[in-house]
Amino acid sequence: MLEIRNLHVELEDGGTPILKGVNLAVKGGEVHAIMGPNGSGKSTLSYVLSGRDGYVVTQGSATLDGADLLAMAPEERAAAGLFLAFQYPVEIPGVGNMTFLRTALNAQRKARGEAEVSAADFLKLVRAKAKALAIDAEMLRRPVNVGFSGGEKKRNEILQMAVLEPKLCILDETDSGLDVDAMKLVADGVNALRDAGRGFVVITHYQRLLDHIRPDIVHIMADGRIVRTGGPELALEVESNGYAGILAEVA
Amino acid sequence: MAALDATRTRDGVDAQTLRTVEAMAGKYKHGWETDIETEFAPKGLNEDIVRLISEKNGEPAWLLDWRLAAFRRWQQMEEPTWAMVHYPAIDYQDQYYYARPKALSRKPRSLDEVDPRLLATYAKLGIPLREQMILAGVEGAEGAPAAARKVAVDAVFDSVSVGTTFKEELRRAGVIFCAISEAVREHPELVRKYLGSVVPPTDNFFATLNSAVFSDGSFVYVPPGVRCPMELSTYFRINAENTGQFERTLIVADRGAYVSYLEGCTAPRRDTHQLHAAVVEIVALDDAEVKYATVQNWYPGDEEGRGGIYNFVTKRADCRGARSKVMWTQVETGSAITWKYPSCILRGDDSQGEFYSIAIANNAQQADTGTKMIHLGRNTRSRIVSKGISAGRAQNTYRGLVSVHPRAAGSRNYTQCDSLLIGNRCGAHTVPYIEVRNSSSRVEHEATTSKVDEDQLFYCRSRGMSEEEAVALVVNGFCREVLQALPMEFAMEAQSLVAISLEGSVG
Ligand SMILES: Nc1ncnc2c1ncn2[C@@H]1O[C@H](COP(=O)(O)OP(=O)(O)O)[C@@H](O)[C@H]1O
Ligand SMILES: [Mg+2]
Repeated sequence: MLEIRNLHVELEDGGTPILKGVNLAVKGGEVHAIMGPNGSGKSTLSYVLSGRDGYVVTQGSATLDGADLLAMAPEERAAAGLFLAFQYPVEIPGVGNMTFLRTALNAQRKARGEAEVSAADFLKLVRAKAKALAIDAEMLRRPVNVGFSGGEKKRNEILQMAVLEPKLCILDETDSGLDVDAMKLVADGVNALRDAGRGFVVITHYQRLLDHIRPDIVHIMADGRIVRTGGPELALEVESNGYAGILAEVA
Repeated sequence: MAALDATRTRDGVDAQTLRTVEAMAGKYKHGWETDIETEFAPKGLNEDIVRLISEKNGEPAWLLDWRLAAFRRWQQMEEPTWAMVHYPAIDYQDQYYYARPKALSRKPRSLDEVDPRLLATYAKLGIPLREQMILAGVEGAEGAPAAARKVAVDAVFDSVSVGTTFKEELRRAGVIFCAISEAVREHPELVRKYLGSVVPPTDNFFATLNSAVFSDGSFVYVPPGVRCPMELSTYFRINAENTGQFERTLIVADRGAYVSYLEGCTAPRRDTHQLHAAVVEIVALDDAEVKYATVQNWYPGDEEGRGGIYNFVTKRADCRGARSKVMWTQVETGSAITWKYPSCILRGDDSQGEFYSIAIANNAQQADTGTKMIHLGRNTRSRIVSKGISAGRAQNTYRGLVSVHPRAAGSRNYTQCDSLLIGNRCGAHTVPYIEVRNSSSRVEHEATTSKVDEDQLFYCRSRGMSEEEAVALVVNGFCREVLQALPMEFAMEAQSLVAISLEGSVG
């Protein structure tokens, strides 16, 4: 479903190259993990896929179910089924979490030519999903991410993902800063969404998340490229030896 | 357009935001006019015109004298220049001061007698002139069910009141709600007692002009101890060309009374500027409470600044009684020029004044608006929350006075003044005047200025919202405290108006 071919990206400001030929293919039902040292370009990849400003694609392509992602506006990518759980979720003062979610869901449905969800149906839907993530009514009422703890912000990202039901989910260090219980909730949330039609790209530094969300394929990214691809055992290797060995090998 | 093309922003989202906002020009929703025969008084202003207006309204001699005194005074006055607004000199002799749909030359006794084209005008504006329940699809935090509420409406078309709804039901509660011209005839003792008692005919250039030529407006009296059983509202519509609108509103809440009042305004799109100089007076006696909300959506002019309403308005409340309370809420999205400072004179001990404001200025609009809180009584309280949004080339000024007099011991004021900028060619200005003349009072002032945050917009868009929706959502969030202060009938309308003002995607 997601096909990234030879993707080269540089910063709009100054032209520094960040991604230097990324190749990645994720099929429906698969979970891919991307690991790699800080600054290797993992977040940049997720931002470029979701259409954030400030980057210039100089070469290569990215498609979702054959559609050219790079030609779409961010909201079109979302409607096409792409979702990014942000490494640093953004606060929006004054906008209730529920209002935000409902506006988002209805915007996507409208873009796909589907009917809007009624207030009552929406409430039912969100309550069910929130319960599984231990998100209470109070948190749903509060302004988006404002005053949320790190763990609450990450759980809120997973709630959005659960409500929007995207086809391809990118999780950017969703486990960072979570205690064990919160990480378990996040992992359960992801696992509940796993099915044959849905793909995941899980960016993480830690094996402990991958203990709960078992990846099919693990990639190591370094200096803007995917330098190694393997099975779950690759993550275990990183866990015990760090990146140094792998990087030395490919250098 | 050309001006905007010349601007190059590196910032992608910001450039798009500019385009969005630029697209808004020419999207004014209520810019159509009603094709209806109108009677005008001759152009220009002199004593004869003042007499004619008074005669058309069938006024008693005292009111004619009152008007004439105001007119003579006005001739000696100078137009104020201290506000941060710029416009070519207004030729006061090149205006009509009285316009009335021909069909209303005899006052209709019921809506069935009103010209259907007038009724259609209000239907098109979404204003219920039939006595019907208004369905407000307001979503509570938990998606509370839509509520059905009654709102009584007085509709003013050009210079004349078209009709007032729910009068009978209000009468049973003892509430008087009618056109001020009618109140002059039917309740002269009340009008005479209170008219000009808050905004005297000598108050300022525009208020004095209004005192001389006001044609109609609304009158409300809520007797002692009565809680008005429904929201009251007036919708002002300017239709005729080259016509000033000078309505006068007088609201009196007697001891222990409560009333909530809504005001809405629209006008057709025209290339020429139109003058609007209204006066609103509120009197709150002991323990009375008045809430006054405005959604001002006069035609703002086009993106080059052609046309649009010059809105020079004097609104003032006198919290005359002990423990009285007045709350002003305004959502100002229209007009080429807004010059408006809804104020509270906190005369009664323990009285309270509040001012919640959203002012959006886009394209070539200029807004200079704020409030005055005059603390005269002991332990008086005031609270000011102002949210200014500037886009395009607009200039948006908050101007506020907090004055605590020596006698007003133990008084408090809190002011919060936030400005949001969209694009980089607009301006936001904050001009607070603070005078505290006793040692037991406290005044707090906080002000912030920020730009629409790119990360917030991207976050919204990555969840599927269009850029327009994202801007509307973020701006509505910025305005939330003020939107929450509105009665729910208006909260929804105001929220979508904020969206429309910045969206450009109407019809
Ligand atoms: N907007 C930006 N401005 C400046 N440098 C950036 C920007 N985005 C990314 N970078 C740089 O690109 C490199 C990759 O960053 P990032 O994608 O965040 O890495 P990772 O997520 O793997 O830690 C880093 O060197 C980072 O400093
Ligand atoms: Mg990162």
